[in-house]
Formats: sequence, C-alpha cells, structure tokens
Amino acid sequence: MGSYFNLFFFALLLLVLGILLVALNLILGPRREHSEKLIPYECGLDPSGDARIPFRIRFYLIAVIFLVFDVEIIFLYPWAVIFEELSWFGLIEISVFVVMLLIAYIYAWSEGALKWE
Amino acid sequence: MGDLIDKLIFLGIAAGSLLVIALLHVAYLTYAERKIIGRMQQRLGPNRVGPRGLLQPIADMVKLLTKEDLVPYGVDKPVFYIAPFISLVCAGTGVALIPIWKKFVLSNINVGILFILALSSLSAYGVILSGWASNSRYALLGGLRASAQVISYEIAMSLALLSVVLMAGSLNLMDIVKAQINSPYKIYLIPQIIAFYVFIISAIAECNRVPFDLPEAETELVAGYFVEYSAMRFAIFYLAEYFGMVVMSALAVTCFLGGWIGPFEIPYIPFFWFLIKLYIILFIYIWVRATLPRYRYDQLMGLGWKVLIPVAIINLFLTAVLKLIF
Repeated sequence: MGSYFNLFFFALLLLVLGILLVALNLILGPRREHSEKLIPYECGLDPSGDARIPFRIRFYLIAVIFLVFDVEIIFLYPWAVIFEELSWFGLIEISVFVVMLLIAYIYAWSEGALKWE
Repeated sequence: MGDLIDKLIFLGIAAGSLLVIALLHVAYLTYAERKIIGRMQQRLGPNRVGPRGLLQPIADMVKLLTKEDLVPYGVDKPVFYIAPFISLVCAGTGVALIPIWKKFVLSNINVGILFILALSSLSAYGVILSGWASNSRYALLGGLRASAQVISYEIAMSLALLSVVLMAGSLNLMDIVKAQINSPYKIYLIPQIIAFYVFIISAIAECNRVPFDLPEAETELVAGYFVEYSAMRFAIFYLAEYFGMVVMSALAVTCFLGGWIGPFEIPYIPFFWFLIKLYIILFIYIWVRATLPRYRYDQLMGLGWKVLIPVAIINLFLTAVLKLIF
C-alpha cells in the first residue's frame, strides 16, 4: 500500500465528504422558487449587460512573470536537496542561473511591470 | 488477499480519524476566532448555544444544512458546481502529509513539501473558476484579485521553504523534522528567522486573510468570489479557507518549529507539543486579523514582489554560503 495511495484515499474522502454535505443540503433545504432571487447580487440594482467584463492587462502580466519565477524555483529545489554533495561548485553554478533571472527581474521592475497604480 | 483487506481497513480507520480530528479543528477554529476577536474588541463573542457558546459551530452547520441552495441564472453550471470541491480538496489534502508524531503520518511521500506547494497553487483554480462561473461582477473581480495574489505570494513562500530544504537536505517532511532535532539549534526558527517571517506573511496572504483579504473585501466586493454561492456550497468555501489555515500552520510547525518535539515528554499524549505549537500559530493568525487594517491592492502586490521575494532570495544565498563555511 503506497504512500501515494494513502494520499489519494484521503483526498477522495474529502471529496466524498463535500458531496455528502451538499447532497444532504439538497434534501434538507427548502425550495421556494422565485425569479427575483435568481438575479446576480449587485447591491439591489438590476445588473446590466454581461458580468464577464474585460479586465486589466496587469493580471496577465503578473501571471507571465509568475511563470518564469515558478520554473526557476522548481529548478532550485533539486539543487537544495543535493546541496551537500555539490558544495561550492553547485553554489556558483546556481548563482549564475539566479543572477541571469535577477537581471530579467530588475528589467521587468524598471519597465514598470510590477507597478500597480 | 486477507492481508490487503486488513491494510485497507487500517487505512480507512487512520484516514477517517485524521479527517474527523482535522474537521473538529476547523470547526472550533471558527469558534475560537469569533471568541478571541470578540474579547479583543471588548465583546463577549458567541455565548448562547451550549456552555460558553461551545456548541456554536455545530449549530452553524445545522443552520447551513437547512438553507435553500440557490443557483442564480446565467451561471456556467458545471464549473459553478465543481469549483467548491476543487477548493476543499486542494486545501484539505495537505493534512495527510503532515507528520503529527514520529510514528504517525498518513502519507510519508518523498516530495512532501513540493506536494503541499502544488496543492496550494491548485487551490487558485477553485477561486478563479468560481469567480468566472458566477456571472457576477463582484465575483469576477474577487476571483481575479485572489488568483493574482495567490500566485504572487506563492513565489515568496516557495523561496522561504527552499532555505529549510537546503538546511535539511530533503523534501520529505519527516526527514525535515528529524534533521531539525539532530541539528544544534533543535528548531529551524533560530537560524531561519527571516524565512519564517516571509513564510508566515505569505501564508496569511495565501489563505486570503486580513490584512490581505482583498479578494473578499466586504466593504467593496461584498464577499468576493463566493458572493453567489449559498447554503452548503458557501459553507464548503468557508471550510476550505479554514482548512487552508490549519494546513499552513501545520506546515510552519513542521518546517520551522520542530514538529512533535518539545522541552520534555508528556506521557500518553504524543501529539501534545505539535498541537500546542499549532495553536500558537493559529492564534497569531487571529491576532493579526483583530489588529491590522486591510492593505491597498498596489501595496499588497508591492510587498509580495518588491520586498518578500528579494528578502527570501538573499536569505537563501546567505544560508547556502554560511552552510558551506561552517
């Protein structure tokens, strides 16, 4: 019985718990249909137009920068695990890698990609 | 075959009891939060249901179970139904990976830390999908804010944990605790105080708690991404948020505070020190909520990208150089 099996068993248990609770709610909860209740909530005003409005490009930009950094961190994890064996050689190698990313980071910063006004 | 069934039954009992204990913690965390914040604001907090209001979480559960389940028109139905479950499973599964005692961890996998980080990244899906599916402007804005915030603080958090991995030389949470016990400091809080500081701030931001609760900012977005959810589906989001707090605190205890070890052994209660440390971290969460006002969104992104990430990188390289010299 592998450790991963235990993990997925626990995840499944959580999912079953969630579904059971919602099912119980559907059985116990009342049902009083009324068209006014189904309007999306906008502080009492009737919503006009589609709710899926265009949003700021900043969110996309942040996601792109995040992708670069996340891949960097994934590369750093194996290095951290075998740090003892690689010693100074590994530290210098990874420093070159991180410095290259830091240049990109400073460039993004100076271009205003991290600014949010 | 009989052996397999025995193992399955054992697993069922272990996983079931772990889930029940975790759920009790989550339920009474909501009670503790209301009670402590009440006291800090010179109110009484819940005190009607049961002695000192102790049955309040159960009464809340029963109330939410008997509420009407509304699905507003215009929602993207499959996504709207699935999103709460994504949140719940991603927030709660981490409990199985935490070594609560030296002889008890439900799932002792080699990449424990990576798995917890992956789960906390995935929980952004539950948030953004519910925001998108709800057909409400508040929900959409809340979902976008939450996902940008979660991914920003994810980086600082991974970098902070990286210093711990570097010191312990393993991704396995059990090995990390053992490495701490064998190290001269006993707990990594002493050499990694900066990483701990970065981790706690990012953990608060990951859970969308005050002072980083921009996604659900009541005064502007009402409730953010789950504004259109009602009854049990709403409660599942709530449950996921508190599960996230428990898992993040347990991770902090495991990685920085030495897991199950304590100054002396307590007979018959092996989990004693783990739970005490867990409650201290959870108390900090609640304390912060009672004390601090909400950040502005540009301040929030600025803190994540321009302060925490450079600090975490500097701390990482400082740790590496110091470890090589000594």
